[in-house]
Amino acid sequence: MRQSRYLLKKIGWALLTVLIVILLNFFLFRILPGDPARAGIRDPRLTQDAVAAIRERFGLDKPVINCFESLNPVEFGSCGVNPLDTQLFIYVGNLLSGELGISYHTNRPVIDMLKEQLWNTVLLIGAGQILAIFLGMGLGVLAAWRARTTIDFSALLASLTFWSLPTFWLGIILLFWGSSQFGLPTGGKLTPAGNFANIWEEWADVGWHLLLPTLTYTIVFLGEYMLIMRSTLLDVLSEDYILTAKAKGLRTAQILKDHALQNAMLPMVTIIALNLGFTVAGAIQIETVFSWPGLGGAIFEAVERKDYPMLQGAFLLIAVSVIFANLVADLLYSYLDPRVQAG
Amino acid sequence: MSETTVGATSLSGFWRSFRRSRMGLVGLFMLVTVILMAVFAPYIAPYDPKEVIRVTIDDIYAPPSAAHWLGTDDAGRDVLSNFIYGSRVSLIVGFFASFISIFIGSVVGIVAGFYGGRAENVLMRFTDIMLVIPDLPLAVVIVALTKPSLWNIIFVIGALGWTGSARLVRSQTLAVKQRKFVLRARSIGAGNAHIIRYHIFPMVLPLIVVNTVLVISLAILNESTLSFLGLSDPTALSWGQMLNFAFTRGAMSARAWWALVMPGLGIVWAVLACTLLGQGLEQVLNPRLETHYLAVGAQMVARPGMEAQV
Repeated sequence: MRQSRYLLKKIGWALLTVLIVILLNFFLFRILPGDPARAGIRDPRLTQDAVAAIRERFGLDKPVINCFESLNPVEFGSCGVNPLDTQLFIYVGNLLSGELGISYHTNRPVIDMLKEQLWNTVLLIGAGQILAIFLGMGLGVLAAWRARTTIDFSALLASLTFWSLPTFWLGIILLFWGSSQFGLPTGGKLTPAGNFANIWEEWADVGWHLLLPTLTYTIVFLGEYMLIMRSTLLDVLSEDYILTAKAKGLRTAQILKDHALQNAMLPMVTIIALNLGFTVAGAIQIETVFSWPGLGGAIFEAVERKDYPMLQGAFLLIAVSVIFANLVADLLYSYLDPRVQAG
Repeated sequence: MSETTVGATSLSGFWRSFRRSRMGLVGLFMLVTVILMAVFAPYIAPYDPKEVIRVTIDDIYAPPSAAHWLGTDDAGRDVLSNFIYGSRVSLIVGFFASFISIFIGSVVGIVAGFYGGRAENVLMRFTDIMLVIPDLPLAVVIVALTKPSLWNIIFVIGALGWTGSARLVRSQTLAVKQRKFVLRARSIGAGNAHIIRYHIFPMVLPLIVVNTVLVISLAILNESTLSFLGLSDPTALSWGQMLNFAFTRGAMSARAWWALVMPGLGIVWAVLACTLLGQGLEQVLNPRLETHYLAVGAQMVARPGMEAQV
């Protein structure tokens, strides 16, 4: 009973957050100078027909929302308008049917482009995140176990330094070094015009291109995971039950594995969830540097080309993905540690 | 954050404990050097970045030489001078943006923690929602839609970076509120404003200070990222902008490492300075046990300096 109420509450908050992001996305682009729909009409790259189609699609002749049709206070008070006949309603309706507009740059539906890019980003983040978590935790355990030794101090200093690296700069330096020393590709996902005998060769090529971006990602995120693991494990290892285990004559490795690590894992889940926002920030920078065809690179290109429908769509998809990933982490945490449901 | 946080009682006592932290001292030294470089930029830099110069093809991405110790950039300008002046923008954005963040975060945290009830519920729910929405994409969208001026960037970074501070300050306020002296103050008729001003705030302040240092480092990183993505004030030269110019204008293919390495090292230096200083301050204000039962040659002893503060 309590479990399902907790579940519903968490899902409810996630949905509310998504709603706020949708509203934010709508109003930011309508109120700030670069309104995508209206700027789009003025965009010289579009034909008359396309302009008419955009007007129709976004309902640009209709009021923005129910009670003010523009930010001009004199025109306030159009509350008589049917709420279903406003731009906001049309926008939300379009979203629900997966209609995110047409990219100014490629003239393709934004939703189709985002679908391709999403998986590329998931691939990059997935590979980097797994490596960073495992290496970070390993180093953290080593540093905590050898607390206040040279190993601990060097690991700590390295982590703080890694944490301080601007992701994009580390990417640039690794790209510079890797491409000149080892002939690694300078960007993209596949060798252009590459001929692949079978799918394995194609995947090998993707992996080859993924090497430097993943390395960048791992180094940047390693530091934080190591720091968290170290400090949590230091707390756990100072608990009295560790002394009890030691007094029973258990071996150090066994105490670490069976007694300490299990409890130290919990905060890691929280940190990984809290880090999702930074994860996305990292992906934007890495994809920009390595021209990786993902969502983050799409944001950068959309800004450069003033491709507002693409920017709006990419932001929405990124924000919604992060919100849902957070929800999953929350639910996972409550499963791992049932105590949180009480509080 | 443990509840036993005890502020150092006096400035000299604080300095005495802080001096023991090697990391903190190194961080402080690093931070002071950047600040000095920013303040005295016109006296240190060999060239004035705003000066009009005549450029020939040989001046573009010229390698380091006696005239240009760090070579030149895509416009034939001295990289070293740009680097020295660039520290100004990074520090200005870092400091101002983090003051905005810390101000919002402290007010939200103290009000939520002290008053509790509905105010706390609303404020913390709002904080949680803001915490989940990814900062950088939102900042990119806002700056891309408005004019990318220095103040816009400061405001956006500041207005998005307060959530972590709000949660920290709230939990500390909750802990302080339970202390006996608050009850005593109330029993002799002190009002809410008085209690916040004279009892809560001074006890939360040390935490705010540590947090400020860390928020500054995040703000500097965010500024450099936005600038690198091409969202910077075109008139305000910063390290991130230097990297944007170098990266998008052919420094990679010209193999002009000198235009790429220094600005990045500048960012790392400034951010690492704040991170180390933050670690040092935290060790003083919130000492933790740094050893445990399984440590090599373990004996449970408190960190030196801990007993001096209780």
